[in-house]
Formats: sequence, C-alpha cells, structure tokens
Amino acid sequence: MVAHADTRVVHRGGSKINFRAPVITQDSRFLICVSGECIKVFSTSTEECIHHLQGHKELVTGLVLNPSNHLQVFSCSEDGTIRLWDFTDGILIRVTLLRILSMHVSAKGDVFLVMPVKRNKKEKFGLVSLNLPPSVEQHVMVKGHTIVFQSVSTDPKCIAFGQGGEYVASVKDNVLHVYFLNKKTFYRFALGTSGEMAARNAFTCVACHPKDDCIATGHGDGKIRLWRNFNQEKEYTFSTVHWHHSGVNALCFTPEGTNLLSGGLESVLVQWRYGQEGQKDFLPRLGSSIKEIVVSPDGSLFCTSHTDNKITVIKNCTKVSAVIQGLVHGDGVKTALMVDPRTKALVLNGKPGHLQFYSLQRDQQLYNLDIVQQEYINQSNLDQFEVVKAALDSRGSWLATVEQRSAKEVEISLKLWAFDEHTQSFVLNTTISAPHDGPISEICFSPSSQNSTTLVSVSLDGHFKAWQLTQPDPSDDEEASWSCDFVGDYHSLEPKCCCFSADGSLLAVSFKEVVTVWSPASWDLLTTLSQPPGAIQDLCFGRLSCSKYLLGATDKNLCCWNLLTCSLEWSTALDVSLLLADPLSENVAAFCGAEKTTDLFVFRPSEPRPHFSQQALCTGRVTRAVFAPRDEPLDGCEESSQWLNRSQLYFLTHNMELLTFLTKPEEERLMALSKQVPTIDDSVAMTPFYLLLGKHRKRVPCNDEADDSRLWGESWNFGVPNLAPGNHVMSSCVSSMCLLRDEEQPTEVEMESEKEEEDSEEEGASVPPRPEHESSDTGAKLGPVLTKAEHRELRGVKKLDYSWIRGLVTSNPVVNTTKQMVKTPKQRVKTPKPMAKTPKPMVKTPKPMVKTTKPMVETTNP
Amino acid sequence: MGEFKVHRVRFFDYMPSAISAMAFNVHTERLAVARADGTVEIYNFADNCFQEKVIPGKDGRTVEALCWAGQRLFSTGLNGEIVEYDLENLRSKYTVEAYGGPVWTISSNSQGTQLAVGCEDGTVKIFELVEDSIQFQSNFDRLKSRVLSLSWHPSGTQIAAGTMDMIRVFNVTTGETCTALLQMMVDRAAGANKKKEVAVWSVVFLSDNTVISGDSAGKVQVWDSQMGTLIRTHLVTKWDVMALAVSRDESSLLAGTSEGSVVQFQFISARLDQPDKEWQRTRTLRSHSHDVRALVHTDTAAVSGGNDAHLVVRPFMEKVVKGSKESAPCKITFPHRSLVSCGKKAGILLFQFPERLEVWRLGESNENGIPGEELSVTKKPEALIHLKRKGDDHICCSTLSPCGGWLAYASASSVRLFQLQYDNDSIALTKVKLPKVLRWANQLCFSADSSRLFASFSQSSVLVFALSKSEAKYVHTLKPKSVSKQAVHLMSTSDDGQWLATANSDCEVHVYNLKKLKYHCTVPVYGSCPSAMAIHPTGSNVVMVHADQKIFEYSLEQKEYTEWSRSLAKKGLHGSWLNRVAPVTHVSFSASNPDYIILHDMNMFCIIDKSLPLPEKDSDLCNQNQLRSMNEAARVKDSHAFKICEMFKNLLCVGLMEDHSLVVVERPLLDIATRLPAPVRQKKFAT
Repeated sequence: MVAHADTRVVHRGGSKINFRAPVITQDSRFLICVSGECIKVFSTSTEECIHHLQGHKELVTGLVLNPSNHLQVFSCSEDGTIRLWDFTDGILIRVTLLRILSMHVSAKGDVFLVMPVKRNKKEKFGLVSLNLPPSVEQHVMVKGHTIVFQSVSTDPKCIAFGQGGEYVASVKDNVLHVYFLNKKTFYRFALGTSGEMAARNAFTCVACHPKDDCIATGHGDGKIRLWRNFNQEKEYTFSTVHWHHSGVNALCFTPEGTNLLSGGLESVLVQWRYGQEGQKDFLPRLGSSIKEIVVSPDGSLFCTSHTDNKITVIKNCTKVSAVIQGLVHGDGVKTALMVDPRTKALVLNGKPGHLQFYSLQRDQQLYNLDIVQQEYINQSNLDQFEVVKAALDSRGSWLATVEQRSAKEVEISLKLWAFDEHTQSFVLNTTISAPHDGPISEICFSPSSQNSTTLVSVSLDGHFKAWQLTQPDPSDDEEASWSCDFVGDYHSLEPKCCCFSADGSLLAVSFKEVVTVWSPASWDLLTTLSQPPGAIQDLCFGRLSCSKYLLGATDKNLCCWNLLTCSLEWSTALDVSLLLADPLSENVAAFCGAEKTTDLFVFRPSEPRPHFSQQALCTGRVTRAVFAPRDEPLDGCEESSQWLNRSQLYFLTHNMELLTFLTKPEEERLMALSKQVPTIDDSVAMTPFYLLLGKHRKRVPCNDEADDSRLWGESWNFGVPNLAPGNHVMSSCVSSMCLLRDEEQPTEVEMESEKEEEDSEEEGASVPPRPEHESSDTGAKLGPVLTKAEHRELRGVKKLDYSWIRGLVTSNPVVNTTKQMVKTPKQRVKTPKPMAKTPKPMVKTPKPMVKTTKPMVETTNP
Repeated sequence: MGEFKVHRVRFFDYMPSAISAMAFNVHTERLAVARADGTVEIYNFADNCFQEKVIPGKDGRTVEALCWAGQRLFSTGLNGEIVEYDLENLRSKYTVEAYGGPVWTISSNSQGTQLAVGCEDGTVKIFELVEDSIQFQSNFDRLKSRVLSLSWHPSGTQIAAGTMDMIRVFNVTTGETCTALLQMMVDRAAGANKKKEVAVWSVVFLSDNTVISGDSAGKVQVWDSQMGTLIRTHLVTKWDVMALAVSRDESSLLAGTSEGSVVQFQFISARLDQPDKEWQRTRTLRSHSHDVRALVHTDTAAVSGGNDAHLVVRPFMEKVVKGSKESAPCKITFPHRSLVSCGKKAGILLFQFPERLEVWRLGESNENGIPGEELSVTKKPEALIHLKRKGDDHICCSTLSPCGGWLAYASASSVRLFQLQYDNDSIALTKVKLPKVLRWANQLCFSADSSRLFASFSQSSVLVFALSKSEAKYVHTLKPKSVSKQAVHLMSTSDDGQWLATANSDCEVHVYNLKKLKYHCTVPVYGSCPSAMAIHPTGSNVVMVHADQKIFEYSLEQKEYTEWSRSLAKKGLHGSWLNRVAPVTHVSFSASNPDYIILHDMNMFCIIDKSLPLPEKDSDLCNQNQLRSMNEAARVKDSHAFKICEMFKNLLCVGLMEDHSLVVVERPLLDIATRLPAPVRQKKFAT
C-alpha cells in the first residue's frame, strides 16, 4: 500500500463564521469574519464573499481592525501568529509569532492578547500587552511583553477597553476588574456570590462607553448593569436595566455612545438609549439567538452574529439588509447527508425543524426548508418536533422527511415534498401522520424508473412499508399523492436498514442478523442472507460493475455477499460506523470507528483489498458522510487518489466539522489561482451572484443549466471571483505583489505539508484535544523559539515515540531503526493477501505509511 | 421546651394605615411618619428604628405633609390647618388655620425660623416660628393653581413651588417671583394624557441653584433655577413620581413612583477625571407593591413608605459596613407596641383598633393531639363585644383586666372604664365613672387581681385608682424621682401586686412599690429604649428587652442586676440574635417553670430557659429543628437557653393563658395585601 501524500484532509467550508465577532471596515463596505483557519471578507451590500485570507494554519481566534491604518486588519490564531492583512487586496503584510487565544487593540494601537500564563503550576489565561516593533519585515518575532491581568476569560467579549485605551475592564464569573493602564491602579467589583444568585449573577460580557466613563456588563440572569464611578472601591455605583429573560450574550455601544445594543437567546436586538435606559427599541425575529454584536465605525451598520452560524447585517438600526449564512451547526445531524441533484447542495438538518440546503462550492447556505412548520419555542425542557430522517430521490424531484417528537409517546409523521419548478422549491405534497407504530430507522427512495418512484420506510415496530405515488383519476382535481403500497415483515424481527440496488430492481432490508432481499416489482422475498453474529448496522449495494455485490456491516464485521450466488464473497473484522457507495464509481467507503479515532478505507466490493486507506482521519466516530459528484472528473491523479476523481467525499466529525479530501492536483490548481491578483472595485455589486442571490435570496437560484453550476464551481475554486479582467489600475503594484508571492510560495507550501504530517502523527499517537481547548498542545510550541535543527530533532523524537506506541497497540515487535521500516511497506505492497482473512495487516498499515513520509520531509529541509 | 395547646388566632383583622408623609430630623435622628388616618409615629433611627412614640390621630384630620423645625414637629392637611404636636404628651399642641383652603405642603427653612405652606388657592404663606406658637408673616404672589410642593433653598432666601404644570421660584424676602426667572413649565405626558394637567408632586431645591422636580407624568427633571431652563429629563415611570428626597451632601437623590419602586439618581461625573457632574440614574429599589408616597434619604439608607403601609429602610451598601446590623434591610409593618390584651384567667382577648375595641372569647377543644396536629374546635371563637369609641380622637391605648371583668381605654381627650359581666351567653357592659382627675392617659394597666387601675399621665407620673363594684376611686399619684417629661410607653405590674414598673422614651425604667404606694427605684439607664418589660411573678425581678435586642434582668429587692443577667452581659448575646431587625414586643413568664422567659417579636417567639447554658458564638441559635432529629445525648449537649420557634409568622401577640395554653395572634401580610386597593397596572414578563 502506498502512502497518500497526495491527498490530505482539509476543512472545506462549514466552519463557524460566528466563532468570533466579525469586523466591519471603516467605510462599512466590508465585513470580515473568521472562518476556521481562514478569514473571509464579505461585502456588506451583496453578502458575497470577496476574499479568503489564507495563511493561518490553525483556528483563527481573533480579528481586529488596525486602528492606525483602517485598511488593515490584525488576526491571531492558535498557531501562534498574529498576521496583519490588507483586506482590500487580500495580502498578508506581517506575521508575528506568539501564542494567542484572542486579541484586542486599544484605540492607541497597543496590542493586547489573551494567552496562557503559567502561575502556580496552573494554567491560567492572562491579558498581555505587547509592543509590536515598528519594522518593515514580513516576519517579526516579539520578545517583550507584560502581563496586565493574571486571570481572564478566554472569551473576547469579556474584555473591553475604555476611553481610548485608558483602562481595561475584564469580567470573569462574578467579578469585574478594572485596570487603569496609565495610573496602574486596579479595582475589583464583585457581585453576590452566595447561593442561587451566584450562577445567575455571573457576568457574561462587557462593553465600555466610547466617550463617558461607563462600563456596561451583561449578566446570566438577563440584566445589564451600567457601572459608573468605578475608580473608587466603595463609592462606585451601578444602575440595572432588565429586559432579557435569559443571559445577555452580547453588548455593544454605538460609536457616538448614544445607544447601547444588547442581544441574547431571545433573538431580539435591543437598543437602549444611553442615559434614558427606560426607552428602548427592538428588532425582533432575527432567527436565532444573538452571539455577537458589532457596529460599523460610522454607526450606520449593525452586525449580529448568531448561534446558527449566521451573520446579519442591519441597516439604519431597523432593517435587515443582508444575511450571511454558513453551515448551521445544530445539536447534531440526525438525517443522513445528502446531495441535492439539482442544486448540488448538501442537504442536512439545519435550524430546529428545518432542513438546510448548503452550497459546498460557495460555503454558504442556499436556503432553509421548514419541515415541521411549527413555531420553535426557545425554552428548555420542551420537547419539540425534530427532523430525524430525510431522503431525496435520484432526480431531486421528491423529498421525504420524517419528523419525530418523543414527548411521552412517540409522535411521528412522514412528509413528502414535491419539487415545484415554478417556485423552485419543495412543496408539501403528502403528510402521513403515524406512518409506523415505532420510530423510523431508515427511509430510502428507489433509484429506478422515470414515472414510478417508491419510498421505503423501515421502522422499529417490525415492519417496513413501501409508499407509492398514486395517480388520481383524471376527473378529480386532486393532485397525485402518496399512499402505502406494501407492508413487509420478517419473523417479526426489528428491521434496521434498507437499501435499493443501483437499478432499483432489488431491495435489501436487514432484520437483526438477517438480510432479506425483496423484489420491488412484485414484493416477493427473493432470498435471505445471514452471517451471524451481530445485527446488521449498515447495508449498501455495489455500483456499476460491482452491482452484484451487497455489503453489510455489523458492529464487528464487514461482509460482502455475491447476489448471483447468494453466498458470502468475503468478510473482514472491522468496526464499521458508516458504509457509503460512490454513486459514480464502484468505490465504497467504509468509516471504521477504532476506539477514539476514525479510519477510512476505500475499496471495490469486487476486490477485498482497499486501494485507499487513511488511519486516524479525525477524532470521534464519523457517522455522516456523502459523496458529492464532481461536475467534471479530475484526471491526472495518482493511483491512490483516483477514487476521488468522480466525486468528492465530505464527512462530518462528531463535533460538526465538515471535512473533505483534497488531492494534490486540486491543491496545486488552487495555489496557482490564489497567485492571481484579486481585485475589488465597485463592480462587486454587479456580480452574477448578486444578480442571482443578492436580490432574490429567498429563491434558490435556478441552475438547471450546466453552465451555471460550472460557473459556481469554478469561481469557488478560484477563491475569488475573478471578474474584472485586465485591471489596469494596479498593474505596477500587482507585479510587485506577484513577485513577493512567488518568493514566499515554496516555503509556505512546504511548511503546510510539514504541518500536516505533524498533525497526523500527533493524532495517531495520542488523543489530541480539540483545538478550542488545546492549551497544552500549543503550550509545547510556545516556549522559546526553536531553530530549524532543533525542530527537526523534536520531530524525530516525536516520531520515535509514535512508533513505540503504535507498536504496543499492534503488539508487534517493533523495529527501531527507521531504515528497515522504510523497506517494509514495499514488501507488503508486493504481496497482496486476501483481505477477508487477514484483517490485521490493514490495521498495521499506518505505521509504514507514516514512516515513508520521513524521507520526503528530510529532502525538503535544506 | 414543652408542649402547648396553641390558639392560633387570625381573626384580628388589623389594617395598618397607608403612610402619607415623612420627615426626618437629622440632628435628633428621629423620623416622623404620618399615616392616612392622621396618626403620627416617631421612629428613633439612632436606636434601631424603634417606634418611640405614637400620636393617635383624630377623625377629620388628615396629614398631607410633615416638617420638623428644630425639635418641633408640624403637619398640615386637607382640613386647612397647621398642627404642632406635643411630643412629650403625645397629642396635638395647637392648630392654626391657614385660610387658604386645603394645605398640600409644608416646609421649614434650614434655620428653623420660618414655615412655608402651599395652599389649594394657589398661595404660598410664610409663618414665623415664635415661642410655643406660629405667627402668620406674609403671602406670596398668588399662583393659578394649587401649590403641591415646596422646597427652600438651603440659604433660606428662595423657595421653589411646584404647582399644576409649572414650577415657580419665589424670593422669600419680597414674596415675588424671582426676576431672572418667571416659571418653569413642565411638559405634559405624551399621547392620550396630553390634555391632562401635570401635577408637580415634589420639588427639591439644591444649594447649587438646581431644582429637581418629580411629576405626575412620570418624569424627574433637573432645572437650572437661575436661567429657568431644563437641563435633563429622566423618564422614570409611566405613572406618577410622588416623592423626591435628596441626601444631605446633595450627591444622591431618590424618587418614589406609583409603581412602588424607588429610583436613585446620583450626581456623578461622566468622565472620571473631570469635575463637571450630572445626575445619572443608578439603582432601582423595589420594596413596595403600591405607591411610594413619602421618602427620606438618610446618610446611610433610603427610607420609603406608601400606600401599602410598610415602612421600608433600605441601607446603601457602600455607606454601611457589610454584615453589620445597619446593613440589614428592615421592613416595619406592625406597631412596636401591643394592640392585644389577654384576659388570662377568662380566656378572652381584647383587640384595639383606632376607632373601636373588640372582645373575643377563645375557642375550646377537648381533644389532645400529637405535636403539630390541628385540633377540631368544639366551641368556636366568639366575638363578644364591639365597642365604638366616643368622640373624634382615636384610641391610643386599651387594656383588659386579667380576670376579664374590667376594660379600659383612653384617647387624647378621655379615659373610659367599663365593667364586663358574663351571664352565660349574654354579656353586660356597664360604664364606670372615673374621677375627673384623669382627663387622658398614655398607658393603662390593671393590677393582677383586678383591684386597681393604673394610668400613666404627663411627666411619667402614674395615677392609681381602686376599683370596687361600680366605682373607681382615685388613690394616689406615683411620681418618679427624675426630671424626664417623656411619656410612659410601657407599664407592667407584678402578679403578687407588689410592684409596678414603667418605662418611658428617655429609656428610664421606674419601679414603684404598690404596697407602700411609693417610688422604689430606677433601673440603671441603658442607652437603648426598652421595647418590652415584665416583672417576674415570684422572683421580684424585672426583665427588660431593649430595642437593640439586649436583655437585662434586674432584681428589685437587691436593686442590682441578677447573676444571670450579668453572665449574659459578660458572655454577650449571640450574633444572630443581635442582628434581628424586629424588636421584642412582649415578655411574659411561665407559671409552671420560673426559669422560663417567654418573649416574641414579629417573626418568632422564643422561650429562654435560664437553667440552660447560653449559646456559644459559633453555634446555631435557631436549632430547634436540628435538635429534634438528634438523639438524646446529642440533644442535651447541643441545647442552649434560647429556644426559638419560627413556626408562626407576622405575630402581633403571644400570650400564655392560665390553663397553659398559648394564644398566638397572627396577622398574615398576605391578608393585609389583599385588602389593599389594586396597585397600578404594570406589565410583567410572562403574565
């Protein structure tokens, strides 16, 4: 087996754009927000993404406008760098190396960071002031810094600078700290900490008035306190206003200080008059609870970011003018991931009771489909209807959804939605309440035939039902609707999964250990297959040339039956969490949940040997994934990544990150494109996206024509809409930039690949903590800056460590010298063994895989 | 602590009267509170807010405003009279007709030499204070409508008057409107109330020539009186701002609203380093359910009172030491004196109302139940007598003899004595003539054997009457050997008929020997006023509980504090006992166990067992529930002298009857609240 240096797992969209407060530029034309490892620049008027500022290698944790140059923005990241960007041109200006959790810049231009501070062996977070040396170089190392606060909250909302940076207010738990930077005096104001009140009293956010000495704090019980006279321990005073019924999530003063904005769970933006707090205005129905509020420097635009990964731009305090919606990260995806054949959008659970259609290409939500059609009441301990299953038929003209409420007794209804060409959206056709007596475990459409579509629903009540569209009498005015065609069961066992073969001629339904195969044409039971022990967890038919195979996964085994012989072709011991067939090729992907990490194997059912495998794909089990067909097949790939030629594999990790595989050619193409000079001018407002979406965002863009969708795909690939060809204005500037880019390019690529290697190693070796809490991990990198040689040494040490652990896991005698290890994989590749009987080698493969990368790394190091 | 059969009495439908005005005397730290029925109460803020004096009201006299001028207290009301009170004999001294129709407000200058009153006819009248009286001095320019509020400039040269729709500033010496300033027009409320006149309920004139007004449109407005311009408007409520109060250093202002909230404003600078300050709204205190009609800003606390009849003292946390007694918020609802007398032997109760007396016979039950069980009543409690008073003056005190055969009450103008004769179910009430000597009384008391009536009179003297079949004969006047002129507020006789003790608001406790009809001794004067007092039936000890919760036992025979009292003083009382807010209002003893002292305040009743050790500082004072769950040995170890029962709330009286049953008179605050008029409508979340 080959090492897969040419494919790597990347975040591809779906990142949280609401992770940190967005930034509105001085002229209110652009909105800059964090999005995972990159930074996105949106137009506030057209909602369109104009730039991806790429360069950080880990989660971006802070974003601040440069007060001394309003065309620049600082960003900080968990990778330990602060970068200064020219956001209009998307150019990186400066890099500073440090380790940072969030960042603030006072009005005087001093940079403050929240970073881990060691104290009494306990890791705490401290606010640190920093003097950026005035240099023109691209990379700057910062040495001197002073700690302002010892213990602060990592949430940037909990720190605010007042009065042009004269003092800092920081809240944590039940205490407000105010520190006067010039006088170096420090005041502490605590609220009642006893009893029930304590938890509700806790501070949630803080904001400072831009002109007056007034600090506004939000609290867990929905109160807002306005603190004054806080330069005295005893005579300080505060007033309280109370509208929110649950915690205040965000507070913000308008630039002139005339208004205070607040938001919380109620998804209402409240505008308080400063000094007349009794008067307040509301902007209700913002969709979901407010996480951050930002006001543009001229006060004309408000911007709220919401928990459902949405940024709303509000004009003139009253009107929602633009909505930038990313992938909604709900409480978890209950439905399977699907790709809408019409829009090529990913379909999954969105807001509660909704399905979202999310464009993979543009990393934006296309639209929401309200399935439950009931008011969502934001109240804890309230059972609400949830969309638990959804299925799209192969042409995208029917959508079936199952909603369920498990209050005292399970309430289920099955809804069928027809695609309406006129309105370009799904219209409810049939509602079947209580289609089954128990929870529905799976539904699927038959892929077949032009005119008759069949839906099969499988329920834990012991039955599976087939539903068919019945054409009414032509004399009746009624439309066609769905009704039950067949009810099947098998020895009153509980069915779990169902699957249609690619041509729709066979239906496989699993009942515990038994797989039954039915003919949908006559509803005859054709055969039963069984391979105890273990109940079948997942079923999947092979495609194209492998359509004679049926794959079934139990919690211990993966079995492949040949349907022509009705016998077991092969089986292997694998803990498969998800089986997925590529609709455009024979490939089947199997995600295997080994203890805490997930491995991926891609194979053809015909040959029991995976032609791609990646261990330690990510932490946690992967239970949702989808093959998104490509518009045009890739070519010129290496053998190991050929499975990605026809479609792209997307998968969701347990903490709702959407990941995908990126092949080398793609990456190269992206790199090449990113070198092109992006341009921005006022023509932005007239892009096709704007015409398509900006004005009519409620409608789905009609892209039946292939041209249209290709345009989409490409423009995303470019990273920037390359729309104004032959921009002559900046030609000189451009060429210099190009030069600059060229020079730094190779090193950057190299660093990335190194980084990637390191990451995968670490993940394999131990359970890596999640990036948000990754303090210990970054801590290792924090110390004194290492030379390259030291780096290499360190990496070597890590690798050795890794191999040891790996060795222990596989309980194989480990050969310590790397040279021998490098040789071993070759031998293995040459000796193909029948997979079915030797599941062990598959587990072992990662070890050589990682090792083979070593020479490559070494060669790249000068 | 033993088991009692408890009569849980809830049929005393006492209704406290709404608070209509308050005035605070900074020098003596006395707060005068006027209620809607004309009663004026004096609270001593230097002594734990103890209700020192009560001046009973009078029919037809309402109090709209109160003011102190030095040590003198004046009030005015809608009957158009100015009243000065005699604070020693607890009655009105004299009344002066203002001749301007109903008088809405009264205010004295800071020097205490002049009084200004605002009348219905639009005039502001100035009265000069002279010895023992006031003298009309001048009339100001007449305004178009009634003068609702007045405030003197601290210099005494100008007066701000709030009327309908406007505020006017007068020059006191000329009586004319100040030249620089004509009038300040107050905006009317927006919307539907546009046509309605705005009443300026309250004005405050500050020394920097700022006038602050509170009006019926819910605004607190800050004005520059020299220019006559509006500086700032704070919309505080949708309803009325009824009262304003400013602190002595003029850095904090309180505004009371009809919603029952008190809003604090503070004079602070917007920028920390700059001296220019402005009035900023800060805290909102919500302690009332109804209109806040009167407000006082003391140095450490906000004192508010209103239609819900509670007097609320809310300390400002930044002005007091945390955890000290001063920092505890305090809500005074019931008077600090007893309105209930028990006929111990006969099992009857006397309830005192301002305008009537009620005599009830307690119910009976033959059952015996386990502790906590409710017994069924074989004979229901029965109202025996409703006795309406004669004359306009409200009843100030009343008493029932222990045998239940005699009843006496007093008002400011008369004292009446009745004999009750029970004839099976019928009752005969005969009036007994009292000698002319007794025109009024502050306190009345019968001796234990009902043979004598004691009535406290002016200058702490006590008149003694001998009662026979249908006659009361004057016997003697007991006079203390002190110069105090204060009225007696507590009087107690011993069961053996030998001793009589009186306490007055100068904190003096005098003891008389009744056998010899002679002054016996004075208990060493303690700094806090006694709030309850009783003489032990056998031991000749007087037990006093003071407003600061200290307990003393004084032996009358040895004329010194008893051993137990000394050990108590030495050890000190438990911290949570001393931090209680409500004063003890009643002390009695158990006939069965001479070591028991039974006392109660508004929230609990307590039996002190003198034979047990005193509680340790770190132990739990209120440990009855814990003790119940312990085993015998631990219970003995942990039990201490203070046995506190918090089962009964809002107590007006706890009395031990002859048959060892306990009478507990409760008045649940909820019952009072339901009888109040509906408060102004407020939108509340989730309703």
